[in-house]
Amino acid sequence: MILSQFIFVPLFAAFLIALVARKRENIATAIALIATGWIFIFSLIAFFKLPAEAGMIMKTTSGWKIPFTIALVLDHLSAFMLIVINLVAFFSAFYAIQYIKHFTGKWNFFALFMLMLAGMNGVALTGDFFNLYVFMEISLISAYALVAFGTESEELEASFKYATMGAITSTMILFGIGILYSFTSTLNMAQVGQTIQANPSNKLLFLVYGLFIAGFGLKTALVPFHAWLPDAHPSAPAPISAMLSGVLIKTLGVYALIRIFFNIFGAPPVVLTILLLLATLSIVIGGFLSLVQWDFKRLLGFSSISQIGYVILGFALGTKLGILGGVLHLLYHSIFKSLLFLDSGAVEYATGERDIRKLGGLAKKMPVTSFTNMIGTLSIAGIPPFNGFFSKLIIIIACFAAGHFVIGFIAALASIVTLAYFLKVQKHAFYGESKLKNNFEKVPFTLKTSMIILAVLCLVSSLLLIPSVRQTTVQPIVDAVWNATQYIDKIVPFLGSV
Amino acid sequence: MILYLMCFFLFLVGLYGAITKRDLIKIILAIGIMGYSVNLFLILIAYRSGALAPILEKGLEFSMVDPLPQALVLTSIVIELGITALLAALAIRIYEKYDTLDITKIRRLKG
Repeated sequence: MILSQFIFVPLFAAFLIALVARKRENIATAIALIATGWIFIFSLIAFFKLPAEAGMIMKTTSGWKIPFTIALVLDHLSAFMLIVINLVAFFSAFYAIQYIKHFTGKWNFFALFMLMLAGMNGVALTGDFFNLYVFMEISLISAYALVAFGTESEELEASFKYATMGAITSTMILFGIGILYSFTSTLNMAQVGQTIQANPSNKLLFLVYGLFIAGFGLKTALVPFHAWLPDAHPSAPAPISAMLSGVLIKTLGVYALIRIFFNIFGAPPVVLTILLLLATLSIVIGGFLSLVQWDFKRLLGFSSISQIGYVILGFALGTKLGILGGVLHLLYHSIFKSLLFLDSGAVEYATGERDIRKLGGLAKKMPVTSFTNMIGTLSIAGIPPFNGFFSKLIIIIACFAAGHFVIGFIAALASIVTLAYFLKVQKHAFYGESKLKNNFEKVPFTLKTSMIILAVLCLVSSLLLIPSVRQTTVQPIVDAVWNATQYIDKIVPFLGSV
Repeated sequence: MILYLMCFFLFLVGLYGAITKRDLIKIILAIGIMGYSVNLFLILIAYRSGALAPILEKGLEFSMVDPLPQALVLTSIVIELGITALLAALAIRIYEKYDTLDITKIRRLKG
């Protein structure tokens, strides 16, 4: 398995599009589709080729031993992240083929899209702190540019806000990495982990914890750091909103937090407590702020804050059951939230309107969008047989099992709030009288296909909970997070001396 | 130690500017200052007093500065250049749309 292909295929595609496909937009589309399809297939192969018992593949990017080179590490957690990223990326790219006709500069869009993808795959694979920072910046810079892609005044404003906050917190992360380096004299994650676990009571570590929680917390949009998300995610074109809400906040935020705090720092209790509180705040505040929104995409943005709270809550409980819930909710949220954003994009494409008060009666005019949106609503609100029910149930049970009764109760109540605001969308946008004045445009083929496949996945992915399937797919991921030192132990044989 | 403290102070100056200033250009500059302070910090980590550039020669034994943070600083300068350029481009486009650089007047998004 060539690990670096997950990074260089999209990177190469981005530059190829910029070089070759400026005038020929069909070539840009073809290159983007081939590249995303390619790495999606290989990410599936990579996951299923890993041995179930604590499997790990490590490749260095040059012939040197570890402290002198950058290591790419594929364990079950990063292979799982690769699948999530590339699944959503493939369907977003497919959706974008016809959606992006309303914009000029199709090649620009796809080039930035591939750059963002390269950055995210890099974050999921890297085993090196500074490399993590570099890949994070690659995907963030392209994300800033993509948020401003429409170059309307609101989009520019949202992008500037996002870019400012992102730049400040990225600087904090770099500061934290600098402190870690001065403490351990290495940038390799496993070696940093080794040194820290040898003397865990160093006071300097608390500064690093704080910098990393602020830095990656902003990328995750946990509540005190959430202000950019409801502006930035709705302003981007719909396939990019799906990518940002579906995977970007999870890769740069949740995955990086989990990898660093669980695998490297060995899940320090003080950090888990902070994350637990922030997650509960996110669930409540995100949920209640979505209730009062009338802009379809903005409502989805606030809902992302609330749902990402559930994911972090699951992980922050630190029990096996909680981590299982977190992993599942991460996957499920990326599926149904990107589905819902694609639906909102289809509504905007067809009617040119995002305010749900001005819509109405769309169920008859756009049956596919309405139906898939209904499935997405049921999934995110947690109605059984759909996937969201199971992951939320596991997280709530894990809360009670770990003795956090109040938080479990809040999480259960917030789930009802979720149902309320999505039923609001259903009622105002898809049923009732049509209040539409604009012309109505038909939803093209690629939009429909992407939405239908994601809607089917909403149901099919519930099958991951069947015990025999779970043993071979989800359980290794949970073990990779839970056995904190396993990550370090597996890399130790490859290490040279510092 | 005093150098580290001053470096951290520079970081706080940048943070203060980014949070309190109302002008887009000043915010961009403040973010730049934060970036410089972190670069300076990385260089300070690598510094050894009385050490020379890390070039090995046969038969010569001397203490060297740590070359790795210097390489990191080069990379991070390039990244900061990218971000600053993007922010400046956004600021220019915002000025075209809103005719102002004052963030209290750039408020079409709310909620």
